[in-house]
Amino acid sequence: MTTNDIAIHAQRLTKSFGAVRAVQEASFAVSRGEIFGLVGPDGAGKTTIMRMLAGVLRPDAGEIAVDGVDVVAEAERAKLRISYMPQRFGLYEDLTVAENIFFYGELFSVSRDARITRGRELLEAAGLLPFQRRLAGQLSGGMKQKLGLVCALIHTPRVLLLDEPTTGVDPVSRRDFWAILYNLRENGVTIFISTAYMDEAERCSRLALLHAGAIRHCDTPARLKQAMPGALLAIYASDPRSLRDIISGQPGVLGVLLMGDRVHVRVDNPERRIPQLKSLLAGQGAGEMEIKPAEPGIEDVFVALVGQEGTA
Amino acid sequence: MAYKEMLQIRRDPRSLAIALLMPLMQMAMLGYGVSLDIRHVPLCVYDQENSQQSRAIVDQFISSGWFSISQTLDRQSDIRHAMDRGECVAALVIPADFSRQLATTGSANMQAVFDATDVNTTNIALGYAQGVVAQANAQIAADWNASHGVHPSPVGQIDLEPGTWFNETLDSRNFIIPGVVAVILALVGAQLTSLTISREWERGTMEQLISTPVSALEVMFGKLLPYFAIGLIDAGFCLISAVAWFGIPFRGSIVTLFVTTTLFNVVVLGIGYLISVRIRSQLGASQIALLVTMLPTTLLSGYTFPIDQMPAPIQAISLIVYPRYFVTILRAIFLKGSGLSDLWMPLAGLSCYAVIILWLAARAFRKRLD
Repeated sequence: MTTNDIAIHAQRLTKSFGAVRAVQEASFAVSRGEIFGLVGPDGAGKTTIMRMLAGVLRPDAGEIAVDGVDVVAEAERAKLRISYMPQRFGLYEDLTVAENIFFYGELFSVSRDARITRGRELLEAAGLLPFQRRLAGQLSGGMKQKLGLVCALIHTPRVLLLDEPTTGVDPVSRRDFWAILYNLRENGVTIFISTAYMDEAERCSRLALLHAGAIRHCDTPARLKQAMPGALLAIYASDPRSLRDIISGQPGVLGVLLMGDRVHVRVDNPERRIPQLKSLLAGQGAGEMEIKPAEPGIEDVFVALVGQEGTA
Repeated sequence: MAYKEMLQIRRDPRSLAIALLMPLMQMAMLGYGVSLDIRHVPLCVYDQENSQQSRAIVDQFISSGWFSISQTLDRQSDIRHAMDRGECVAALVIPADFSRQLATTGSANMQAVFDATDVNTTNIALGYAQGVVAQANAQIAADWNASHGVHPSPVGQIDLEPGTWFNETLDSRNFIIPGVVAVILALVGAQLTSLTISREWERGTMEQLISTPVSALEVMFGKLLPYFAIGLIDAGFCLISAVAWFGIPFRGSIVTLFVTTTLFNVVVLGIGYLISVRIRSQLGASQIALLVTMLPTTLLSGYTFPIDQMPAPIQAISLIVYPRYFVTILRAIFLKGSGLSDLWMPLAGLSCYAVIILWLAARAFRKRLD
């Protein structure tokens, strides 16, 4: 990877708010055309990192280069290449869909014609074309997020920074949203996205696992899964909560994670532990239960590697 | 930026209506409420003579409009009672030999008693009384000359002409209303812009805005321009109502008025914007704007309390109270018909203010969250 291929380069980023060390020496490099995911629970420092990358928050220490421009020293020049979509997106609810797009185009000095043609394309892709004259405040949550994305893309940015863009968005809108992101990546846009949704993290090309302001691991989802110590077993149960309590602390059990209608049990040696757990559960009078190996998800990996439950 | 701001203003017709109607309402309240004139001072009359001449004097008091008869008395001691009961503020005592004295010697005495509890009212009423008597004197002197052909010595020996430069009718309203216009524009203008930046913070659009390459100057002018138009409309409303409704004489030129009003608007809106940049909540910004404009403007701008009668340190402080310059300017334009060159001093004061405020406002807006 040469420097030319790197879209975002952060080195030893550090930021404190009073006594709270929000981000500690975070370093990562994002290549062009990547969808890079920043994963961590609330309060891990995702938004602080985003803001520093966007040039709206000055780091206490460390360096950031976006598309070759030093964000700390030349924030205004960097802003031309970046589009930042904060968690609370800056839509003007008293303006219509079209007026919002027009305004953001103006801020980035996009020509009138380009604003109209590109705005149309983007609205079409987002399925918002019929709502052009609707006030942004009257859109549904999912449509608002898509409109935010359209506004963020009106000036054809090189780098897109998205801070939890799909939080509170229905599954259908989320799928639409990701379809737009994949399409952008095809066109060489680098996407840096933070999320607390673990299923969304799977869609990223690479992930940084953030915990308490520090990046613990950074790799592709597949390799992160391989790096997870032990193997995963899934046990379905009518009362998974009490099942978790029974299994926790048994010999060979590295971790137990509640997953809705089942529990994920991480063990050191599945061949040995499956019969052991079966007999344990039979002895508890829990009846016959199916125990089978499972593919780990990012949440399992996160918990295994970082030792802290994710938020979703 | 300005276009977007304009759209947002239009989407909020209630606020726009308030912005446009508020000044007119304030005009009505302050214009009428702050009037220093006293009309229909309740007057008791104890006419001991009750002759044609004495009744004529009393009639002149009534027809002046400044006095109205509340009671006619028969005893000197009743005056005291009437005043104690608050039925009159002034009493007129005409002696029994009033017309005889006047006819034989050409002068007569007449007593005016004032309830001096309210010194201000007393002074004003006394002034009015003297005016009425002086008028009567002139008439009597003319009659005397016609019948005797020699110089008279007029009634009552009261000979006081109140100073009525630029305000011949002695109407304090002419003096106050132009000041009221300045005060209202100062209050409303700062309110208008005090919300613009804090609104973006409160609605969460600011983080997005500062992540774009838009410059601080662009933001400032984009924000100020639409409100500048509203401010000018407000000024137009106030000035027109001053002339059309309150009947204030306008002796200056429209161009002078426009230039000075524009300059004042820049200062006022700039101050609101500066507050808005510094205070991130709309409520806070609006209250700060009210606080920093209301008290100094009403107390130290000289629109009711004359600055040259204040103690020296307060006078010095009033130099930084920018509405005082506009109060001076508007009064001069309205009542004296002054041009731009006559007004160079307050204009220079306002210009300094405009430059400093805009410079501070441009610097105050930082495109950072911390």
